[in-house]
Order: sequence, then structure tokens, then C-alpha cells
Amino acid sequence: METFSKNNKTIIEIKNLKKSYGDNHVLDGFDMRLVEGENLVIMGKSGSGKSVMIKCLIGLEEPDSGSIIVMDKDIGTLKHEELDELRTEVGFLFQGSALYDSMTVRENLEFPLRRHTKKFGVIKDTTPLVMEALENVGLAKTIDLMPEELSGGMKRRIALARTLILQPKIILYDEPTTGLDPITAKEIILLMQSVQKKYNTSAIIITHDVDCARAISNRMILLVDGINYAEGTFEELNASKDPKIQAFFK
Amino acid sequence: METVSKIIKSFRSFLLDIGELSGFAGRFFKEVFKRPLEFKEFIRQCYNMGNRSLLLVAVTGFIIGLVFTLQSRPTLQEFGAVSWMPSMVSISIIREIGPIITALICAGRIGSGIGAELGSMRVTEQIDAMEVSGTNPFKYLVVTRILATTLMLPILVFFGDIIALYGSYLVENTKGNVSFLLYFNKVAEALEFGDLIPATIKTFFFGFAIGLVGCFKGYNCKKGTAGVGLAANSAVVFTSMLLFIIDFVAVFITNIFYDL
Repeated sequence: METFSKNNKTIIEIKNLKKSYGDNHVLDGFDMRLVEGENLVIMGKSGSGKSVMIKCLIGLEEPDSGSIIVMDKDIGTLKHEELDELRTEVGFLFQGSALYDSMTVRENLEFPLRRHTKKFGVIKDTTPLVMEALENVGLAKTIDLMPEELSGGMKRRIALARTLILQPKIILYDEPTTGLDPITAKEIILLMQSVQKKYNTSAIIITHDVDCARAISNRMILLVDGINYAEGTFEELNASKDPKIQAFFK
Repeated sequence: METVSKIIKSFRSFLLDIGELSGFAGRFFKEVFKRPLEFKEFIRQCYNMGNRSLLLVAVTGFIIGLVFTLQSRPTLQEFGAVSWMPSMVSISIIREIGPIITALICAGRIGSGIGAELGSMRVTEQIDAMEVSGTNPFKYLVVTRILATTLMLPILVFFGDIIALYGSYLVENTKGNVSFLLYFNKVAEALEFGDLIPATIKTFFFGFAIGLVGCFKGYNCKKGTAGVGLAANSAVVFTSMLLFIIDFVAVFITNIFYDL
């Protein structure tokens, strides 16, 4: 299995990304790169633009300026169909899970499968794929339940299963442990690690959770005032004397 | 002075809403013929909307027919014109009362439902998740719902009209011993194409307005649960106002083509 090395191929590169809402300059020249097999954790205060940044990355938000290259493709120049195709390679785990509450767990997982026909063709029987994805997150028994019948941790796992079903190369996690109790949060972290090992995915993890960052990161970026304020391994940043950096680890 | 500035502000926001709504309608017409047609979702929405509103429309229609006949009977009796009752009731219900009352009920039932559902989907990032899943959420959620309301409202109005006439017949049967066949023969004699066609055409517009405003308010819902409530509420208020404007325009146009 491929392991992470700094010399691996760059699969995401963001240069001088800017995004403002009125006078609020959320991102003010943000730069970053993600290499193959890497788990990159991005930390920042609430409202610092972390979620906006990953939404720009997947084309859900349009940046004011700057370039975003994902797997050698410039997001800004892609047509809608091309962007949809790229999205099969980039999974997104939403902060609130974002399960479709009018659909069962099975239908939630089938939904992206039936839509991305270019990658998988027309699948007549989706059950084996759905079951495999649910088994990966240890929730095969929930297949016919509605999202409202699931706990917060279960919803997060199902959302991860829905992301995994498209077999993406990159997964974007938007605060995967926020709002969960410490035990469930730990389970989610273990699950993220096992997913990375099994599928050799790369990941960008937006989090406030220091334990999550310690457990999963190969490298970290601290987003302060809309820029990449500091970068390094967890240990390097944790040892920093800069009060702005230290504030994240207290 | 403060009141005047508040009025100006509200009027400005209303005009902005109208402008944005027109853009939203334009996007609907742009997307409606694009593939995929989302036929399955469209059928599901038709079923949901029809099924959810059927009982409400039936009960309201029945009561309107009943009350309208009961209230009008003494006056007609005074003039010795009770035999005109089926004609009068049928023309009033088919031309005006049936379509507008059913549309207002559906604005409350369906329009607010759409506003709340899409608003909640927006707030909980389900619309974003849909986009990431390679689905055009506008096409899947908005176009299907607007088409469903446009198609279902005329059917619901037709159903409501029949039930209202039946309610009216029950009063006539009880009070005047009028048979079912005689009552509905009189109704058929009274109604002309000039009553049926404009009334039916305007219900398509009513349905379109209900779907359009509900989707517009929900799809553009601001963050937070308060935003969802506001989306549902303003969908009903805005639609109701729009329904009366459409009704006025429809009557105006009908007047040009038919001698009322």
C-alpha cells in the first residue's frame, strides 16, 4: 500500500485564493497544496473561512480570484459536466452530515451512484455496493432506516458511507467530529484512518478538534486572517512559541 | 418620517423580490427542457401534492357549495327564482370561487410546504450535497415541483368544483326536493365554454405561481431555522397576493374575449 511522502504527486494546489462577502474578506490570498496519500488538517477560528475554502475547492462557492487546481484540472475553467465528473473523485463529508431526510439510508447511498453513470455505468442492482459501503462504516443493519431514526454519530458514518460509495481519491471532511461525544468522535477518527488505509485516499480535514488533528494529520495548516498563517506537522506547530499558534492547542 | 422610510424600504424590498423572482422564473424556463427530465421525481411530487391536498380541497369545496346555496336560497326564494339556483351556483363556483379558493388553500398547504422543505434542505446543506452528487438541484428540486403544482392545481380545482356542486345539490335536494339528474342537467345547461376554458387556463397559472414562489422562497432561504419559518410564511403571503393579481388579469383578459 502506498504511504504518504512529501515527494508524492500534488493533487490539489490552491494559489492566492480570495473570497469576500461585502467588506468581510474571508480568504485573503490563501495558498496550500495536498499531495497524494496525505491527510492535511486545516485549523482556524470559527468564521475564518475554512468551510468556504473547501466549498470553493469543490465548486460550491465561486472564489473572487485565485486558482484551484484539483488533479491537474483548473476548477475555474471547467464546464458543469466536467466539474460533475471531477466530483466523483472528490468526496465531501458535510458538517451536519446532509443526509437527504426524505430518503432511506439505502436511497441516500444509491442517489450518487445512479447519478454518476459515467463512472459506473448504469447499475441495475445497487445493493452489493450499498452493502459494502455500509459494512465499511459498520452500519449494514441501518439500510432501511430513515435519517431521523439515526443518532448523530450514525448519521456521520452514513454520510461517510455515501461519500465512499463513489470511491473518491480525495475526501474533504468539514468538521467531522464537531457535535459528537468524545467516544463517538474517537470512533469517527478511527473510521477515517481505516478508510485512508483501505482506499489510499488523500484528505483535507477541517477541524477544531485537537485530538482529531493529532490522530490523523500528516501535516497541518493554520488559517488566520484569511491566509495560510503557519504550516507544519502537529508536533512542530504544537512546539511553536507564537501565541497565535499556541492558541489553537490550549 | 420613520413610517414613510419603512414603507419605502418595504416597497423597495418587494420590487427586489419581484426582480429576483423573474430571474428565478427565467432559470426555470431555461432548465425545464434540459436533460435529465427527472420524470420519476416529477411523478412523486404530483402524487404527494395531489394526495396531500385532496381531503382539504374536498372538505372546503363541500362546505363552500353547501353554505353558498344555503345563504343564497332565501334571497332567490323571495324573488321566486329558486330554479335558477343550480345555474347561479355553478357559474359562480366554476368561474371564480372554486379556482381562487382552491388556489389559496393550496398556497397555504403546498406553497408553504415547498418553502419549508427546500428551506430546510438549504439550511442543512442537503442542496449542496445534491450538487456534489452530480445532480442539478434546481432541476431535481425546483423544476419538478413547479411542473407538479402547475399540473396538479387544475385537477384539484376540478375536483373541488365537483364536490362544491355536490354540496350545493344536497341542500337543494333536502330543501327543494330537486333530483340529482335535474340539478346537474341545470348545471350543464348553464355552463358554456366561455365559463370553463378561461377558468381552467387561469388555474394553470395559479399552480405555476404557487410552485414558483414556494420554490423561490425555499431555495433562497437564509441560514438558520428562523429562515426556514420565514421562507414558509413569506411563500404563502407572496403567493396569495400574486394569485389575486393573476385572477384580476385573467378576468380582464376573459372580458375582452367573452361577453360576460
